[in-house]
Amino acid sequence: MNQTHDANPAHEAGSVYDGLLAGEADGHWAFGTSFEDPLAGVDTTVPEGVDPGDLAGYCLMLGDDALVLSHRLTEWCSNAPDLEEDVALANIALDLLGQARLLLARAAAADPAVVPALPDGSPVPPEDALAFFRDEPHFRNVRLVEAPTGDFAATVTRLFLCACWRLALLERLATSRDQVLAAVAAKGVTEVTYHRDYAARWLVTLAQGTEESRRRTSTALASLWPAVDELFGSHGVEPRMAAAGAGVDPATVRADVDAVVDQVLAAAGLERPQVPAMSGVRDRTGRDGLHTEAFGHLLAEMQAVARAHPMGMW
Amino acid sequence: MSEVRAEPPQAQWPLYEVFVRGKRGLNHVHVGSLHAADDQMALRHARDVYTRRNEGVSIWVVRSADITASSPDEKDPLFAPSGDKVYRHPTFYDIPADVPHM
Amino acid sequence: MTTVDDVAPELVESFETTIGHHDRIEPRDWMPEGYRRTLVRQIAQHAHSEIIGMQPEGNWLTRAPSLRRKAILLAKVQDEAGHGLYLYSACETLGVSRQQLTEMLISGAQKYSSIFNYPTPSWADVGTIGWLVDGAAICNQVPLCRTSYGPYGRAMIRICKEESFHQRQGYELLMTMMRGTDEQREMVQESVDRFWWPALMMFGPPDDDSPNTAQSMEWGIKRHTNDELRQRFVDMSVPQAEALGVTLPDPELRWNEERGAHDFGAIDWDEFWTVVKGGGPCNAQRIAHRKRAWDDGAWVREAATAFARRSAS
Repeated sequence: MNQTHDANPAHEAGSVYDGLLAGEADGHWAFGTSFEDPLAGVDTTVPEGVDPGDLAGYCLMLGDDALVLSHRLTEWCSNAPDLEEDVALANIALDLLGQARLLLARAAAADPAVVPALPDGSPVPPEDALAFFRDEPHFRNVRLVEAPTGDFAATVTRLFLCACWRLALLERLATSRDQVLAAVAAKGVTEVTYHRDYAARWLVTLAQGTEESRRRTSTALASLWPAVDELFGSHGVEPRMAAAGAGVDPATVRADVDAVVDQVLAAAGLERPQVPAMSGVRDRTGRDGLHTEAFGHLLAEMQAVARAHPMGMW
Repeated sequence: MSEVRAEPPQAQWPLYEVFVRGKRGLNHVHVGSLHAADDQMALRHARDVYTRRNEGVSIWVVRSADITASSPDEKDPLFAPSGDKVYRHPTFYDIPADVPHM
Repeated sequence: MTTVDDVAPELVESFETTIGHHDRIEPRDWMPEGYRRTLVRQIAQHAHSEIIGMQPEGNWLTRAPSLRRKAILLAKVQDEAGHGLYLYSACETLGVSRQQLTEMLISGAQKYSSIFNYPTPSWADVGTIGWLVDGAAICNQVPLCRTSYGPYGRAMIRICKEESFHQRQGYELLMTMMRGTDEQREMVQESVDRFWWPALMMFGPPDDDSPNTAQSMEWGIKRHTNDELRQRFVDMSVPQAEALGVTLPDPELRWNEERGAHDFGAIDWDEFWTVVKGGGPCNAQRIAHRKRAWDDGAWVREAATAFARRSAS
């Protein structure tokens, strides 16, 4: 093979093959793919006074939210209203996937007991074991992120609600006593601020666009709204993490989130839907591993290849 | 779309030209074009499409229709047929070879 | 549009001088209608290939077996949307809108690369597409960075920079699987067996059956013939296959000392033409998918336009 070292693709065929066999990673070529060890360089010691099991559980909650929402957004790929939107939705999905990787890796590092057991010698890294080998009751994401994707109105509405809420959490987490959570949150704040902006603008645009877009947007809002209440429920882990200075109790961000949501709904000319909140089962909701029917299908698809090859290297 | 719609042309968003400042100290350079319904959407699209590898510190967008362009042979009537579309040319500006990531 | 017969001779001369000097034609320059038409056809076909090409790989996005692979694959398929977008823009400088181009894709009036009419039944196909299909595409595309039409060449420079990573990720994916289990190695070989011949067909019909090649080369739109590029691709792929540890499914493939190149078996051109003419395994599915996305997006595009109008007034 031609071994020239001309990096300029404008020159001639052959140069682009340089380094192909070397297999070295070029880390900076796309969002969300720039790390081999997601936690390289960050102090991973669990801070004093923080229970490792709580830390792991908390990271799974935030990580699973990001993982599942990212998965739903990924379903848009090649299906978006125009190419620009295809690219934008993929960027957001990649941001969230990046956050999920960091958080799942953190969960595994904090408490290896949360990682499902795999056959001896399996090369599957802990973040992947968590994503692809956990059963449904062990996923701790809120139910809002798992609802089927729906149309573009449902997608931007859900993204808007999730981004407002997640941004409020991440802003506070940036001062977490856990170095990893603080670093993930600091990076995530910039990303999720953009997601919120993207979704809010689309929400207003669709609500104020045509009759059809307005109808679709109100329908989407009404169908997603019952799952909003769950975002602000305090699960046992969250108040304990908050008390230890490492996490955020979601109940404490409700007023701030409500204010932002109301402002955007007002700009969109939309009312808060008057619909009852979706209850759990014996008070168990997504954070407790109690999910919607749609979620099982999502997991079956997402985990199919990985589970067929527990000794596989990817 | 082949089907008849109430106002078919509405579905086509106007064309914008995108200029990116690759790093501080450099000029904004034309990198390409895209479609958007309005200026704000064009900025967001530009950020997503043309700086997704973090190639920029600042973005300008301008409606292609708002660009006034010179032509080396403007007087020549034979240029008229294609000249009337000059404002749609995303690549009216040459990119210097030494600009990174372009 | 004017034809060569109607225009002042100095315009024709200026065009031919520019081409003769390997300089670039820019959108405002006079150009022969045939040149413009050829460019529109080629750029559009290229853009459509990027957009349709999102589907066979996108098929695996929701099933990628590791989070890292999922991120890389999503970034890659996203790049393809971006590349389609750059190329549609280049085509718009020739006076054809994206909407028109999309309509021509959906109606079948314009083609895309036949390789995307093959299915991707295996995860290994994600790697094989990166290695062989993107590899073949790079062979085709790198010379196009020097194509005579400025906007096309500039789009291609950007695209080629990004594509080189695509091929690398595909090859790396396959290398990783080859280091895994026997089952994984079988998946890789099976996938290579399916994609090798269609990849060779990507360079188009043989030179003696490629009516447009001579004119395209004269105009500097194309820089190499189909067979030249195909040979280059075979010669590059053989050592890569060896390093990977897979067998290319061609018993006649061997080094020819005299030619300084690999000989290879006959390509099944009947299969090629069947797929080009719409009879491939996925032709109907790919177009239906694109049509659905475009149709389903109409209300969103219309809403944004209506909103922009209202905000402006």
